[in-house]
Amino acid sequence: MILAALVGVVAGVASGLLGIGGGILFVPALTILLGHGQVEAEATSLLAIVPVALVGSWRQRGYGNLVVRDAAVMGVLSIAGVLAGVALANALPERVLRVGFALLLLNMARQLVLRGVAGRRRRLAA
Amino acid sequence: MASRPDRTRRVGDRRTLTLAAIGTAGGLFSGLFGVGGGAVMVPLLLLWLGYEERPAAATSLGAIAIVSAFAAGVQALYGNVDAGDALLVGIPAVGGVLLGTWLQQRVAADTIAFAFALLLVAAAIQLAVSS
Repeated sequence: MILAALVGVVAGVASGLLGIGGGILFVPALTILLGHGQVEAEATSLLAIVPVALVGSWRQRGYGNLVVRDAAVMGVLSIAGVLAGVALANALPERVLRVGFALLLLNMARQLVLRGVAGRRRRLAA
Repeated sequence: MASRPDRTRRVGDRRTLTLAAIGTAGGLFSGLFGVGGGAVMVPLLLLWLGYEERPAAATSLGAIAIVSAFAAGVQALYGNVDAGDALLVGIPAVGGVLLGTWLQQRVAADTIAFAFALLLVAAAIQLAVSS
């Protein structure tokens, strides 16, 4: 229970600090640390994302960055994609999903390194 | 002048279609991998609708609130959601995000980016090996 809360805090800090989504950390934490299967971890991650996205977008609205209409249209009209994606996640072998997710993690790691390098360069130049 | 409302409407329809396409792609990604889908929606908002980076990230986040609620609901119908763990992780994460955005102004994020990149690679290896 404490471990789960700790996972939440660390994922949240990374999300706020580095601008990466919570789900990319929730899913591996739920499988590796909390012993969920891949599909169960993905499903649980989706519910955990909701409060984070709600609070985040509410704050962004305060900063004037959120285009409410576009967000609502994208969100509501995502339903066909959501249904297909969830059906696919439930139909694919767990192994395929895990390897797919591992590739997603590697891609995110690559982006973080590129961003880190750019940030360091800016900092050293300043 | 008479044609103007028509034209505005066509432009509006087209924008809605584009948003629907972005939402559908984000939803597919979200449902498949259990993430928000921002990795797909943000670049498409930049590319197709000429968004700036900050509004793209913020608007994608607003959509994610709806997309992940949909996807969690559908996954719940399959019986896959552990609501207790979701709240145990999700509620503290809100506090974490606030702490993270506060820290952003105070620490060198690049060092932490490298550390997290390593963590993600380790997680990727663990996932691939354990499957």
